[in-house]
Amino acid sequence: MLKFTEEHEWLKIEGDVATVGITAHAAEQLGDLVFVELPEAGTSLDKGATAATVESVKAASDVYCPLDGEIVESNQAIVDDPALVNSDPQGAGWFFKLKLSDPSAANGLLDEAAYKELIA
Amino acid sequence: MDDHSPLKQTPLHALHASLGARMVPFAGYDMPVQYPAGVMKEHLHTRAAAGLFDVSHMGQIILRPRSGKIEDAALALEKLVPVDVLGLGEGRQRYGLFTNDQGGILDDLMIANRGDHLFLVVNAACKDADFAHLQAELSATCDLTLLDDRALIALQGPRAECVLAELWADVATMRFMDVAEADLHDVPCVISRSGYTGEDGFEISIPAASAQDVSRRLLEHPDVLPIGLGARDSLRLEAGLCLYGNDIDTGTTPVEAALEWALQKARRAGGAREGGFPGATIILRQLADGAGRRRVGLKPEGKAPVRGGAMLYTDAEGRAEAGVVTSGSFGPSADHPVAMGYVDSAHSGNGTQLFAEVRGKYLPVAVCALSFITPTYKR
Repeated sequence: MLKFTEEHEWLKIEGDVATVGITAHAAEQLGDLVFVELPEAGTSLDKGATAATVESVKAASDVYCPLDGEIVESNQAIVDDPALVNSDPQGAGWFFKLKLSDPSAANGLLDEAAYKELIA
Repeated sequence: MDDHSPLKQTPLHALHASLGARMVPFAGYDMPVQYPAGVMKEHLHTRAAAGLFDVSHMGQIILRPRSGKIEDAALALEKLVPVDVLGLGEGRQRYGLFTNDQGGILDDLMIANRGDHLFLVVNAACKDADFAHLQAELSATCDLTLLDDRALIALQGPRAECVLAELWADVATMRFMDVAEADLHDVPCVISRSGYTGEDGFEISIPAASAQDVSRRLLEHPDVLPIGLGARDSLRLEAGLCLYGNDIDTGTTPVEAALEWALQKARRAGGAREGGFPGATIILRQLADGAGRRRVGLKPEGKAPVRGGAMLYTDAEGRAEAGVVTSGSFGPSADHPVAMGYVDSAHSGNGTQLFAEVRGKYLPVAVCALSFITPTYKR
């Protein structure tokens, strides 16, 4: 199941674990990323809490936790090479995997059609 | 800035749109922050080849002596700047500062001797205040004009000379900070060999009606890309150059800002025209005794950029304050984060380790020289 947030994150949900990243639209708006800071595995985060920070040449931006859950894995590859987020935002540029406290809460997020409408 | 006042446009506004620029409000103008290439590529391209910048938002002011003698305009302007203007030869330009009675900086500017008048370039956000300041202090001796019918573009980078030479062969005879008049495609322009990137390059004042045509022709050259404000900022920061409003303002003196080089001998203690500018007592005292704090370069030791506003400490727990970062970014040419800021003079020595507060963490930064690149000015 693929879901989106109004804060321009995508979630690929398999069982009770969501792989989370930022959308191609967000990556394009941010420009070339030069730094990514990710949460450590084991961190519990509420929906809306700051989960990660990304920095372009110009500015720093927060990436929010899209649902309540616990971080189970972070993508070291984008820490080592932030440009991966720009080149493959919805693939190799994923940010973290989140074990959802309540998988059914994902139903309240946007589907792909609704997200496309949001950024149109 | 009143959020409701409509943004002004430069004479190159339509060109930016046709080039696919992303526009942002800046100093009351609708300005290109980046083009489709993006900040990183635009920055690197400027240092590798040549970049074209629209800086038409800046103020261009003509100061014409009523007496017809340029010395009178120079001496009049010297009342407002701690700079040797009288000693500036015809066809030469130098950096200057308007100071206030507390020794603070009202604006920074370029001053050119154009033979029968002085030509000033000032910051966009300050231009109306600067012009009022000049009128209040100098209108007895000079006729002042804030030009509203000229564009200003900058062509910067190691290929700038070759590109401009295709329009004007004599450009190669210009040295850093020379100013000359030349026709580019039959358009009368005022050209200075200067810029805000640390690279060799030129700033070109063009009649507004012809600005788009001249700019398009420069952009036709395969070495030239249009460059937005984003890369302009990272380029000047790597070169250790101040952004007015961030790194210098009315609360910083030229000595604190490490701009002593802009205060020539003639205006210093024992000089031919010692003092005689606003804040002279304070500034001359600081020149002799030093100031309590100093602008320095800061190199973050990790990969995280340290931005303007971050506090600096001498310890990794944030107990003892040492200063504040005023500009910070990633430096695409340096290939690491770069910053500048003010630190207590006791901690201003190169190599001093300090800690910058970023998102609740204290990241190590090293005090270093202001420039992170080797400038390539043609002296």
